[in-house]
Amino acid sequence: MKEIVIISGKGGTGKTSVAAALAFIVPKAVMADCDVDAADLHLILKPEIRTSEDFYSGVKAEIDPGMCIGCWECERVCRFNAISHASSIYKVNPLDCEGCGYCNQICPAQAISLPQQMVGQCFVSDTRFGCRLVHAKLGIGADNSGKLVAKVKKEAKKEALRTGMDYILVDGSPGIGCPVISSLSGADFVILVTEPTLSGLSDLQRVWQLTDQFKIPAGCLINKADLNPQITAQIKDFLDQQGIRHLDDLPYDEDFSQAITLGQSLVEIDPPKWKTRFDLIWQSIIKELS
Amino acid sequence: MKIAFTSTGTDWDAKIDPRFGRTDFILFYDEDTEEISTLDNREIVNVAHGAGPKTAQHIFEHAPDILITGNGPGGNAAAILATMHLKIYTGAGGMTVREAYDALKNNQLPEGV
Amino acid sequence: MKIAIASGKGGTGKTTLAVNLALRAAESTRVTLVDLDVEEPNSGIFIKGDLIREQQMFRLVPQWEKELCTRCGKCAEVCLYNAVLKLGETIMVLPQLCHSCHACSELCPVGALPMRDQPLGYLRHYRLGKLDFIESKLDIGVEMASPLIGQTLDYVRTNCPETNITFQDCPPGTSCAVINATKHADMVILVTEPTPFGLYDLSLAVDTMRHLGKSIAVVINRQGIGNEDVFRYCEAEKIPVWAVLPNRREIAELYSRGEIIYPKVEQFRQGLDAILQKLDALPRTI
Repeated sequence: MKEIVIISGKGGTGKTSVAAALAFIVPKAVMADCDVDAADLHLILKPEIRTSEDFYSGVKAEIDPGMCIGCWECERVCRFNAISHASSIYKVNPLDCEGCGYCNQICPAQAISLPQQMVGQCFVSDTRFGCRLVHAKLGIGADNSGKLVAKVKKEAKKEALRTGMDYILVDGSPGIGCPVISSLSGADFVILVTEPTLSGLSDLQRVWQLTDQFKIPAGCLINKADLNPQITAQIKDFLDQQGIRHLDDLPYDEDFSQAITLGQSLVEIDPPKWKTRFDLIWQSIIKELS
Repeated sequence: MKIAFTSTGTDWDAKIDPRFGRTDFILFYDEDTEEISTLDNREIVNVAHGAGPKTAQHIFEHAPDILITGNGPGGNAAAILATMHLKIYTGAGGMTVREAYDALKNNQLPEGV
Repeated sequence: MKIAIASGKGGTGKTTLAVNLALRAAESTRVTLVDLDVEEPNSGIFIKGDLIREQQMFRLVPQWEKELCTRCGKCAEVCLYNAVLKLGETIMVLPQLCHSCHACSELCPVGALPMRDQPLGYLRHYRLGKLDFIESKLDIGVEMASPLIGQTLDYVRTNCPETNITFQDCPPGTSCAVINATKHADMVILVTEPTPFGLYDLSLAVDTMRHLGKSIAVVINRQGIGNEDVFRYCEAEKIPVWAVLPNRREIAELYSRGEIIYPKVEQFRQGLDAILQKLDALPRTI
């Protein structure tokens, strides 16, 4: 079983469109959506939820008013200004609390507990493409974490083993932080989706610095390649230097937004145009995998 | 030589866990005594951030000479492992522990992180 | 007046709007633009001003004083982030995981973990006519966006007192970095595009901003693609749509080269002016 992760660094480069097209093409795959901040893959795959599970991550402080002696210690030590009091009632503002637990350590009355936070839900679903989708939804202000990404990937792997699938396709997390590291962990191949804009190039370089640490073979799709041929050439130079396989140039094409609007993948809205293309992309990925 | 493997199980036929920080088990093989021992790392699932460093700490405590894993540790974990006299071999994802051990003996695993 | 420009989804045109709006407004009044997307700040690509100040930004993280340490392990025990670990006789601090809560430092019985400055990144302050532009960029490998966002906003508060309007270009998503970037704003403009992806991500952003008690307005970018659902949603939720910006390849090309849009695309300029009028009409208490 092989795990392939799609990432981009910058938002809006077409990462999810690529994931949806591959979901249609790749035989015997389980999809995993780890872009939980803006999880959009379900809008194309239209999952029917089979199982859902509450997800707990991190802690936040809670003050038991019955035990609190109003000594002010917790408010004094909190560096995040998350504790305040009105008369002698002390309260934690959960939006500011970072769950460091300092107040819990220092409280002389043991009035502060650190309950695990229910931050979202994790789902395993059937999709109209026939493949299973593992996805998650976060609560307000909750952060994507390595833990949630690991959970989504683990469920996907379980599902793949149980149903005898050959591939796990992961729609990875954006940015360059802990969730991306977790998306990359254990992967067999990375697909980088970028666009030829100054911001796209700069974000690609930043995310590659991170990816390169993990020694995972990588390929790159340049989306909207004809938008700025000069930067596209710069991106290709960068790929050459870094030993990243150039998979394909995709055109600046209204089909991308058209497909999203229809709730379909590119391959569905215009098969002659897109199916062969993504078939070829998939073939070159398979070649890299073996 | 004491060799550590990130693994999904507790014997020679278990698969190497390609993940470092969130590996299910760490399997140790002592070549001198030919003994196998395992450390259950599955509690790591409850760690939101810093799984890599925590696992690296477990490895530190057992002081192996060699570590065999899949993709290799991230930056924070690597910093901890760098404080030990430890050779790290990656690229064993998909193999069993036995196959990975044989690959090591045949110099087929890439060294370093 | 502080206006945050945010969006649930990345790549909807947040930076394009923030930069163009700030430059347009600065034609007639003192304006500050601050780029709070500190992981991937891209506003600077579009603004060529004079650099008037550059400073390194820091935060406090513990530093191990080997000679003082008794190896009691209290520090590692209290750190819930695994940022302080006890490795045999060594205490190892991993600054990337540290949230600067001071617990290890202050609970150490012998003061062996004093808090010291740790570089976070750089803040740069540019001036271009009536525009003050401030951007902060995290050093690669530093994952702590929130402290740099907070300090950058502090800088703006003390260093740009004469400004009439501040635009804050926020990071994408609905995570705590976004909350830190928007929580002191007087008003939040959410940028979206009229596709199902745009709509779904907008609805998440709206829920977050309402939870924070913010007043919000929407700007719809790339009108022409997608469908009418975003408009219907805004109407049903009673969220004002302040402007509708066109979808044009020309705009995408200008953006790719790092150019300003409104001098070249009339319809885009009209959209900006509509937003500025709305901002003008806001009650002065803001």
